Amino acid sequence: MSSQPSPDGAHSPRPVRKPGSQIIVDTLIEQGVEVMFGYLGGVVLPLFDKLYDAPIRFIIPRHEQGGCHMADAYARATGKVGVVIATSGPGATNLTTGLATAMMDSTPLVALTGQVRTELIGNDAFQEADTTGITRPITKHNVIVKDPRDLARTIREAFYIARTGRPGPVLIDLPVDIQLAETEVTPFEEICLPGYKLREKGHGRQISLAAEAINESQRPLIYAGGGVILSNAAMELRALAEKANLPVTMTLMGLGCYDQARPESLDMLGMHGTAYANYAVQKCDLIISVGARFDDRVTGKLKTFAPQAKILHIDIDPASISKNVHVDIPVVGDAKVILAELSNAVEYRPRQEWFAEIAAWKAKHPLRYDTKADIVKPQFVIEELWRQTQGAATIVTGVGQHQMWTAQFYRFNRPRQFITSGGLGTMGFGLPAAIGAQVACPDALVVDIDGDSSFNMTLTELSTAVMYELPIKVCLLNNGHMGMVRQWQELFYGKRYSCSSLKNPDFANLARAFGAVGYSVDRKDQVAGTIEKMLAETRPCVVDFKVDPAENVWPMVPAGKGLHEMDGLDAYELA
Amino acid sequence: MKHIISALVQNQPGVLAHVAGMFAARAFNIDSLAVGRTEDPTLSRMTIVVVGDDRVVEQVRKQLGKIISVVKVQDFVGQDAVARDLMLISVCTPPEKRPEILALIEMFNAKVVDIGPKFVMVEVSGPENKIEAFIDACRPYGVRNVVRTGTVAMARYSRSQNS
Ligand SMILES: Cc1ncc(C[n+]2csc(CCOP(=O)(O)OP(=O)(O)O)c2C)c(N)n1
Ligand SMILES: [Mg+2]
Repeated sequence: MSSQPSPDGAHSPRPVRKPGSQIIVDTLIEQGVEVMFGYLGGVVLPLFDKLYDAPIRFIIPRHEQGGCHMADAYARATGKVGVVIATSGPGATNLTTGLATAMMDSTPLVALTGQVRTELIGNDAFQEADTTGITRPITKHNVIVKDPRDLARTIREAFYIARTGRPGPVLIDLPVDIQLAETEVTPFEEICLPGYKLREKGHGRQISLAAEAINESQRPLIYAGGGVILSNAAMELRALAEKANLPVTMTLMGLGCYDQARPESLDMLGMHGTAYANYAVQKCDLIISVGARFDDRVTGKLKTFAPQAKILHIDIDPASISKNVHVDIPVVGDAKVILAELSNAVEYRPRQEWFAEIAAWKAKHPLRYDTKADIVKPQFVIEELWRQTQGAATIVTGVGQHQMWTAQFYRFNRPRQFITSGGLGTMGFGLPAAIGAQVACPDALVVDIDGDSSFNMTLTELSTAVMYELPIKVCLLNNGHMGMVRQWQELFYGKRYSCSSLKNPDFANLARAFGAVGYSVDRKDQVAGTIEKMLAETRPCVVDFKVDPAENVWPMVPAGKGLHEMDGLDAYELA
Repeated sequence: MKHIISALVQNQPGVLAHVAGMFAARAFNIDSLAVGRTEDPTLSRMTIVVVGDDRVVEQVRKQLGKIISVVKVQDFVGQDAVARDLMLISVCTPPEKRPEILALIEMFNAKVVDIGPKFVMVEVSGPENKIEAFIDACRPYGVRNVVRTGTVAMARYSRSQNS
């Protein structure tokens, strides 16, 4: 259909023609992209050539997985869509862990991958991989563009799909010939996605049923998840909890959506949640779930989950409703809109007995650890960091015990303050995520509380932090083990510590070799002073805290047990 | 319980792989899957027969709906719908049995579409139980080969829908 420009061009205005790569970059700019992450390769060179002159900041990671986590954390820190580029074949396959991480935690992301020339596709060409095939189950949507005229529309749709509804990663595969082809610039078309329907407003009748249930409840409990943060609904949640007088517990992904300094906060629930949150779940008569999905790490054994409760579930994804737990009152739509409407319809109830019961659990089973020990306890480091940063730092983590201790002992007070891989549990997320968050928020204090094994997986990105002068801080809770694995082996595999310890490098020296600052801490009395020095650093800084290798995360609901069957409640004397 | 689910999908590369992959990834069991064009060249229709309890089928419906290139999902359970399978079956026909077999074919409103010295190929269409019954009826003679399309279905006109 491409109309040939008339040779003389005198009569009709000549349509503007541009190479695909330019159209891609123009559309990215039109979509408000200010920062991109990604790595080069043969079939994305046309794109990089156009990025050379574009007003877009570009961050090159050392590995595409790192780039993807950076874009992910950039999105989590800001709510904007993160963008990552990779070349075909190995570049694209290196993105997969990052895409799956973003998918599980519903992060808005657009990934652009290069692909071999259209006519070579399917021929096992050099660096060919079936990228759309590989990434289909780990993206919200993906497409390969086979006509340059589809470029602009496809990119607009990708951003729209990534950030609306339940957000998620969208991948666009771009054969190199499509990037090179000159084509007419098509005018902006309305987005037309007949299979993509959004339900923003909740059903009026469901909202009144929900309000009724809340008003009638003697022992209600809000169970808030990452959806509250994704929909920017923290204020509305707070308004509802205050107006109706409701206690609030959060999932790992929900941390930050409710100020943990407030008395209604029961902190995190689930496998390593607080005893008072888990007891409240088991005792409540109404669960008000907002943007959470009844994950097995949260519910424990489903049969015994919240046995006395009616379940009210607010979620934008209808497929999340009644997936694991039967829901009595579903409300499908945007949490922000629904919570605001719900607040109008609820009434204050004193619920003195319920709050007294909760207060008693809190008094009896606070989170605790051995504060008197001489050895450096990982929880002590986190508490000290919390104290010195006045609870205001943006915190990212790897995956393992240190992640759970961070969730327990750094007390969050604002959305997007805590960035962690919850759903997929991706070790190695921490450092690149810290970089992405720091790029997103240059003035924020960003601290990666990481595990030694997690850090080992992606520490090469230290060089990225140094290159872009990003003053991230890494607090390694170095227990010399895959601590979480070691804990399970201790508890469930007869203390047979098969393959769960590593010989680590000297992390402080390694940091220096990268051009960052490195400190090592072996003694408890060095902790406070070193954190102080770390916080004063203007360069990337790694502190290697040698912590108690035998420390465990308590309390713990063993896999397959009910939430009330927590172990380790009496693991420590009350300090 | 068997559910016939009908999904209208955008006619795009990868959509079949997406739907099939989703079923596999979520451990849903497909009994049959039939795909074909519709009156609109941009859309195809997938008719999927799934086995599962209500909760599973509800998830199937919702998960299908989440796929961006799936435009509409419908479950025919509890609805008045016409459901049909098409089968080609090759049956052994020893000369002395031919009259019997031809009578059977007549009875089932089936059609002979090819004849060889030892076999006939028969085309049968109808609801699944009729197809199964025909296979059973042919077994004594020897069934050489069966090819089936899987169920396709369409809701009947109903007054309540129209009001
Ligand atoms: C990429 C990846 N591989 C394996 C695992 C399984 N796993 C979960 S926690 C853990 C150990 C983490 O060790 P470390 O980072 O040192 O943290 P710690 O538990 O010691 O605090 C492992 C291996 C994982 N979550 N991610
Ligand atoms: Mg460790």
